[in-house]
Order: sequence, then C-alpha cells, then structure tokens
Amino acid sequence: MGGAGGIASRRLSAEELSRNFADIHVPLDRERALIEASRCYFCYDAPCQQACPTGIDIPGFIRKIATDNVKGAAVTILSENIMGGACARVCPVEILCESACVRETQETRPIQIGALQRYATDWLFERKLQPFARASSTGKCVAVVGAGPAGLACAHRLALRGHDVTIFEAKPKAGGLNEYGIAAYKVPDDFAQAEVAFILGIGGIRIEFGKALGRDVSFAGLRRDFDAVFLGMGLAGVNALALDGEDMPGVMDAVAYIERLRQAADKSTLEIGRRVVVIGGGNTAIDIAVQSKRLGAEDVTVVYRRGPDHMGATRHEQELAQTNGVTLKHWARPARIVGHRGRLKEVEFKYTQLDEQGRLMATGDRFTLLADMLFKAIGQTFVPVPLGNGAAEPIELAGNRIEVNADRKTSLPDVWAGGDCVPGDDLTVSAVQDGKLAAEAIDRNLRSA
Amino acid sequence: MADLRTTFAGIKSPNPFWLASAPPTDKAYNVVRAFKAGWGGAVWKTLGEDGPPIVNTASRYGALEVGGMRMVGFTNIELITDRPLQVNLDEIKQVKRDWPDRALVVSLMVPCVEESWKRILKRVEETNADGVELNFGCPHGMSERGMGAAVGQVPEYVEMVTRWCKQNTRMPVLVKLTPNVTNILGSARAAKRGGADGVSLINTVNSIIGVDLDRMAPYPVVAGKGTHGGYCGPAVKPIALHMISEIGRDPECAGLPISGIGGIATWRDATEFHALGAGTVQVCTAAMHYGFKIVDDMVDGLGNWLDAKGHRQLDAIVGRALPNVTDWQHLDLNYKIVARIDQDACIKCGLCYIACEDTSHQSIAALTTGGERRYEVIDRECVGCNLCMYACPVTGCISMVEVPTGRKPLTWLEHPNNPLRQAAE
Ligand SMILES: Cc1cc2nc3c(=O)[nH]c(=O)nc-3n(C[C@H](O)[C@H](O)[C@H](O)COP(=O)(O)OP(=O)(O)OC[C@H]3O[C@@H](n4cnc5c(N)ncnc54)[C@H](O)[C@@H]3O)c2cc1C
Ligand SMILES: Cc1cc2nc3c(=O)[nH]c(=O)nc-3n(C[C@H](O)[C@H](O)[C@H](O)COP(=O)(O)O)c2cc1C
Ligand code: SF4
Ligand code: SF4
Ligand code: SF4
Repeated sequence: MGGAGGIASRRLSAEELSRNFADIHVPLDRERALIEASRCYFCYDAPCQQACPTGIDIPGFIRKIATDNVKGAAVTILSENIMGGACARVCPVEILCESACVRETQETRPIQIGALQRYATDWLFERKLQPFARASSTGKCVAVVGAGPAGLACAHRLALRGHDVTIFEAKPKAGGLNEYGIAAYKVPDDFAQAEVAFILGIGGIRIEFGKALGRDVSFAGLRRDFDAVFLGMGLAGVNALALDGEDMPGVMDAVAYIERLRQAADKSTLEIGRRVVVIGGGNTAIDIAVQSKRLGAEDVTVVYRRGPDHMGATRHEQELAQTNGVTLKHWARPARIVGHRGRLKEVEFKYTQLDEQGRLMATGDRFTLLADMLFKAIGQTFVPVPLGNGAAEPIELAGNRIEVNADRKTSLPDVWAGGDCVPGDDLTVSAVQDGKLAAEAIDRNLRSA
Repeated sequence: MADLRTTFAGIKSPNPFWLASAPPTDKAYNVVRAFKAGWGGAVWKTLGEDGPPIVNTASRYGALEVGGMRMVGFTNIELITDRPLQVNLDEIKQVKRDWPDRALVVSLMVPCVEESWKRILKRVEETNADGVELNFGCPHGMSERGMGAAVGQVPEYVEMVTRWCKQNTRMPVLVKLTPNVTNILGSARAAKRGGADGVSLINTVNSIIGVDLDRMAPYPVVAGKGTHGGYCGPAVKPIALHMISEIGRDPECAGLPISGIGGIATWRDATEFHALGAGTVQVCTAAMHYGFKIVDDMVDGLGNWLDAKGHRQLDAIVGRALPNVTDWQHLDLNYKIVARIDQDACIKCGLCYIACEDTSHQSIAALTTGGERRYEVIDRECVGCNLCMYACPVTGCISMVEVPTGRKPLTWLEHPNNPLRQAAE
C-alpha cells in the first residue's frame, strides 16, 4: 500500500480488483434468452414501449429473439436507439420499461427487457455486422458539439440521412460519460469505445478531438461554417458545498474521481481512503460509494439530506450500495469540514427534517463522521460560457439549461440541442432520444431549405 | 377414495390407466417398472410374425415445441417390435404370472392372411395374456407392406381380420383404429360387425412434424432424407376426443367398449375421455416424456375428483358427457353470452383488444382514463365468440356471462333463415 495517512493505493490484490470491476451482470445465453423471451405476452400498444424514452418496439424485438431472428431483434433496437447496447447495460430499467411491464403488475417479475436487449445487441456486435447504410449524400454539413450519447446519436442519424457531420469534442476520446462517467462494472471491457466504433462505422462522421467550443472553435464560427449546429455538451460544472475547507486535500469531486478511475488501466494505482464519506443522493453518489468500496475502502457512508424516497438513485441502486457494504444515512447535511495538519479528518453533519410546510430544516442535533476522503456528489451544472452569450443573438436558457422545443430546437433557427444540457432526465437513453429527434428535425429542415 | 377398478371387455385392471403399445411396453423390464409405478395395465409393444427381426432407422422421433413447451406434439417412424417373437412371448408369460392383477394385452400385426393370425394367436394364448389388440393403425412403414393402417383404412378388411381372430381365440379382441380416415365410424362399425370386444383409438396421425431448414429434409432426418411419421402427444387429444365421441354416440356401435388414446398426460385429460365414453385410457407420449411416475397423480387426481363430485366408482361418469354432444343444427341460436373483464385482475396488456379489433368483431374499446390504460367490452357488439378470453394471459380475468334474452331456445332446424326449416312444435 502506498499513500498519505488513511489514503492509500493497492488496498486490494490485482485479482480482487479485476473481479470487483468486472461485468456486474451475467449476460443471458441463448437458452435463458429464449426462456425469458417466451414469457413476453407481445402486448398491444405495449406499456413497456411507451415507457422507453427512445420508444423501442420491445414486443417486436423480443418476439424476434424468440424466433431466433437475433439479427432482426438487434436492428429493431438499434433503429430507435443507436446506443441500445449501452442502454441495455446502464438504463435504470426498474423505473423505465421494466416498471411498466404487465408481468410486473401480474407477478412482480417483469420481463428482463434490458438483459434481452443486451443479448440481441451483443450478438450483432460480436459478429461485427453493420446493418445501416447511408442515404445518398445531401451535400449538407452539420456541426455537433460533444461526442457524448446525445451528440453521437444525432450524428449517426444525420449521417444515415445522407448529411456530413463534424463532431467537436473537447476530450481525447468519444463517448461522453459512457467513457468517463458511468460506473466501471456496468460497461467493462472497453465497451464504450467498441460502441463508438460501431456508430462511426456508418461513415460520414468526423470527430475533431481536443477541440472545445469556446476555446478552439467559436459558436458564431460554427453557425457560419455549417448548415446546422447540434449542442450536446453535457454538464461541465459541479455544485459546491459552500463550506470552508472544501479545497482541503481529501475533499474531492466525485465525477472527476470517477473519470480518473474509468481511465486508469491499472486500478491499483488509484488512491482511496480507509474511511470514505459521500455527500449526495443521486446515482453519482451511489456509483462513487460502490466503486470506493470495490477499490478497498473499509467504511463508506453516503449521507443524504432527505429520505430514501427522495433520492435520485433508484431503489435498485440503493440496494446495490447496501449489498456492497455501503452505509446509507438519510436526513442529514454537512455542516463543517474538519481538518488536521492540513488534511481532512472528519465531517460534521446536522440532522434534518421537514417542517409543516414541507421545507427542509435542521433539527439542531449533530453528528460527526471520521473521513479520510469526502466525495461531493451533489449534482452537475450546465456551463453556458462556451456559447458566448452576450453576443448579438443570445441563446435562450430555461432555468439553467438550454431551452428547446419538442423537436429539440433552440431559440436559434439553425441550432438544436439535447442530452444533459437541456431540461429533462439526465440519462443516457434520454440523451440518445434527444439526439435522434434533433437529427430528424434538422434533416427535415435542411431538405425543405 | 372412489373405486377405480375397471372391467373392460372382460379384462380387469385396478385402475383405468394403461400404457399404450409402444416403446414403454417394449419388454418386461419396462412393463415391470410401470406396474411397480402403479399402472393398471399395459398393451405390449406390437408383435409380428416369427422370422427375421424388424430393423429400425437411426433417428426415429421428431417433436413439436411451442413457445418453449417441449413435445407438445411427437412423431415417430419406428416399426413394430424389433425383438424376437419367442423372447417377447416368454417375457409376457412371466410378467403376467408375476402381476396377475394387472391387465396385460398383447398388440399384434401380421400379414393379412388368416393362417398368420391363427398361428400367432395360438402362441399368445399360451402366455395367459388377458387379451389381444389388433394394430390396424400404424401409419408408416408397416402400411407400405400391407399391414397396419393399410388394413385399418378399409372397413371390409377390418371386419374380416377381426372375424378371423374372434374365430381363432378365446381371448378378448380389441381393435386399434387409425385416425387416418375421413370417418371413424366406417372402421369402428366394421370392428363391431367382425365381433370385436372393444376398440382402442387413436393410433398415430399421419404427419410431417417439421422441416430441417439447413438440411432441407423433414424431421426426423435419416441420412439426409425423411418420411411421414405417426403424430401423437398433447396436440392430438382433440382429434381423439372427437373420434371416440362419434363412436360413443353412434347407435350401431352402442355397447362397444372404447379404450381412449391420444395425448393423455394427466387425470384431467383421462377424465375427459371417460366422460365421452372411454372405459379405459392408454398413454404413450406422456410416459415417454416424463417416465412412469406420472401415473401417481393420475390415480390420485381421478380418485380425488370422483370423491369431490360424490361418485363412488369410475363407471358413474363413463359416457356422462355424451348426451350433450350433438350436431350443430341442434344448438340453441338464441343463447347469448358476452365477455366480461375483471378490471381488478386485468394487467392491461391489450391482447383482448387487438384480437377482437383485428380479427373478430371490434367489440373491445381501448381507453385511457386518468392516464391509465383500460379495456372495456362493448356489449352490444360482442358476439360471444370467446376469443378474447383465450387470448387473455390472466386466467379468469375475462369470463363469458350469459345475457338473458327472454327468447325461447331456437335451433337451426326451426330458424327462419333456414329454407328447409321445420315448424316449431
Ligand atoms: C457518475 C455518473 C453516472 C451515471 N450513470 C448513469 C447510468 O447508470 N445510467 C444512465 O442512464 N445515465 C447515467 N448517467 C447520466 C448519463 O451519463 C448522461 O445523462 C449522459 O451521458 C448524457 O449524455 P450527453 O451526451 O448529454 O452528455 P455527456 O455524456 O456529458 O457528453 C458531453 C460531451 O461533450 C463534451 N463537451 C463538453 N463541453 C464541450 C465543449 N465546450 N466543447 C466540445 N465538447 C464538449 C464532453 O467532453 C463530452 O464528451 C450518469 C452520469 C454520471 C455523472
Ligand atoms: C415411438 C412410438 C411407437 C409406437 N409404436 C406403436 C406400436 O408398435 N403399436 C401400436 O399399436 N401403437 C404404437 N404407437 C402408438 C401409441 O400406442 C399411441 O396410440 C399413440 O402414441 C397415441 O397416444 P399418445 O398421444 O399418448 O402418445 C407408437 C407410438 C410411438 C410414439
Ligand atoms: S409489457 Fe412486458 S410482456 Fe408486455 S410486451 Fe412489454 S415486455 Fe412483453
Ligand atoms: S367474445 Fe369475441 S366478440 Fe366478444 S369481445 Fe371477446 S373477442 Fe370480441
Ligand atoms: S387480455 Fe386480459 S389482461 Fe390483457 S388487457 Fe385484456 S382483459 Fe386485461
């Protein structure tokens, strides 16, 4: 073990680490997929399909699995959701398609739609089949900002429709949070890059890596040089606790740490505290807590200011944390970060409750947790700076994000936006749907022009 | 518990569950295991003439799988026993000696000459078996050699061979009928005329169970080729039920004992055969699928059901449904039922809606009330066809309820639309 104080790398052996960060789900083999597929009722106007943000024809693809038409199943999925492979792994199905499944109503055992979706898409990827072909070229060029799920989905649909796409991506790799943010055990074996390669396989999409909007290219320049612009830049900022000592060694931003973890070829180089405290209640909080545990932290506590039902993390995710030995503490918020010799030592919390009006307030009681590391996971924020607002034609914001209509069009006539940078659920699947809808609208717009 | 003992065409058995002549009754080893498991009787795998043994193919069976359910239908291209005649006869004799309370019937198939039948009957009599069953049913292989279904499909042959057998043995003679005819009464009546003590049916149905799309040959594939086989298993039960009911309600066949065969796997299946007039039942595929132990539930289930219905013996229900089997023209056209959906049981899958909408009478409304899916029957459109009830995946969720019309029963015979109508009495 190496490191300062309670923080150390190499807490676990190489085998333990590789086991801890291997695939969290065992994929269905053909036999189990056929059994599961045969449970599906092939519902009319299926509730599961209505609950899928990308509207995948779920009864349709499951029936194809049941008839061993696995290629057909994969194409059915990918035609609505080009990241059907990632979504099969990362979607919170327990609040989406599977929660709507009539088998859930009937016997609280929904069809494993996510697992079946993975079975079909893996089948296609393993065979390296490219089922999509581009329409003849339109000669139009579209700029996409950000190679995350929203940007890639938009680019793929535009390329399919015959347009040429240039993606400007600040980072050295494509995939967005699929590559840098999603928990490692959900997308092991470099899945994100394999999926990116599949998406780019259609042709007509060029990515300019290391090119950030607002730094290397300007918004006005893109609007001038391209026929349309799609913004899929995600959330570049993070919320702060607004407490003294927030920049003390040992206090970290969860998203930044996960990014390092995802990029570390050798997980044993990562330093992790013996006692880790996480503040937040969303999936990021759960992800950093579970991954800390899997890196070898002894005590990991997630502290959330409200109750379990208010958490952004689903029940399923909360249970995952608990079965990984993470302690979930509700109804408390941080009050003081306490250091010792310039390093984090403990965090003091105030208990909270709701008053008569339903407002959150401190009860007056306090408690303290010893901590070598404190992860902040209290939300990401949209940073509009790269759009250079204040220019002649500012883009409208809705709250803190870019305002869009049903077609994902912004207030500017040639600019569309989607994914985390627009209002709505911050999920991979929603980002894909935004990108797809925007691409269809852009296509209509370019053809009528 | 109710008394399950049966006497069928003079043959006694402790319960009505017999194994049909087929691989489960191929040799003493199987039959003894079956008797230990509780089977009431067995019809020994069909014996042929003395001589060079029968040869079989490798790859003999095929199966129909539906929605993950194995062996919903089953097919075979096997011939009659491939063991030497004397070996079989010796074993039959020994088994009958060791299991005197069980029914042991010997299935026979020899060429269509009296001398052949006479010869084999003599030798079967020496085993003390309880009876013989003439296999006029096998639809493949043997029929190409003028036996099995080749005899069973010609009523005159059925009558002739049955008569020969009756004249040449004191044993009860059962005639096993092939379903591969347009009207089962032809061969059933012929068996009766020939003096049969009973009929067993059905034997297997001519079929091609499937096609291997890689080898482009029918299943079961034998070195790249296939042939039609004999179809059996759960899927043939409806065919068998119809045929035994036809015999059961035919005045000419009145009193002819029937051993029901075809797709029986549970006591419920068996009881349906009894209700249509079968005195005993025979089972093959279900035993080949699950082994002999299934008889435990058959005996137990039938006994419990008879008790629950207040019957003391099986005979009380044999043929009880026959008076209600009639021709279409006698059905009451004024009887009206409509579908009712139990909204609390409904899981909103929409299958009732799409079935009725696309293929029936557009009698179900797909509604959204307060954001919730809801399916409702439009009574005035519903013709009471039952389709939605069967499409619904939730048992009991859709029921068909009678709607009193206040009108008197009216059959087609009296219906105004019938040009040949009879005046109502
Ligand atoms: C820790 C964590 C775990 C998550 N787990 C899940 C999960 O399990 N399931 C799920 O469905 N969702 C999960 N999410 C949410 C999901 O990852 C996002 O909703 C989704 O990635 C949004 O896609 P996007 O394309 O809008 O943004 P991003 O994925 O953030 O992609 C934006 C891209 O734009 C680039 N970019 C940003 N600014 C610029 C600029 N100025 N110029 C050029 N490029 C720029 C970025 O580098 C990035 O590549 C998780 C999020 C986090 C943070
Ligand atoms: C493999 C196999 C071999 C059979 N062999 C014979 C036979 O030798 N003699 C005979 O009368 N019926 C034979 N049958 C037909 C069965 O006795 C029975 O009539 C038929 O399978 C229908 O019953 P089930 O649905 O319970 O299988 C055979 C059936 C199978 C599956
Ligand atoms: S709701 Fe469930 S059962 Fe119905 S189609 Fe969807 S997955 Fe199949
Ligand atoms: S019984 Fe037939 S007609 Fe009536 S609602 Fe059901 S499917 Fe439609
Ligand atoms: S088929 Fe049955 S469960 Fe499905 S919607 Fe109709 S009534 Fe409800």
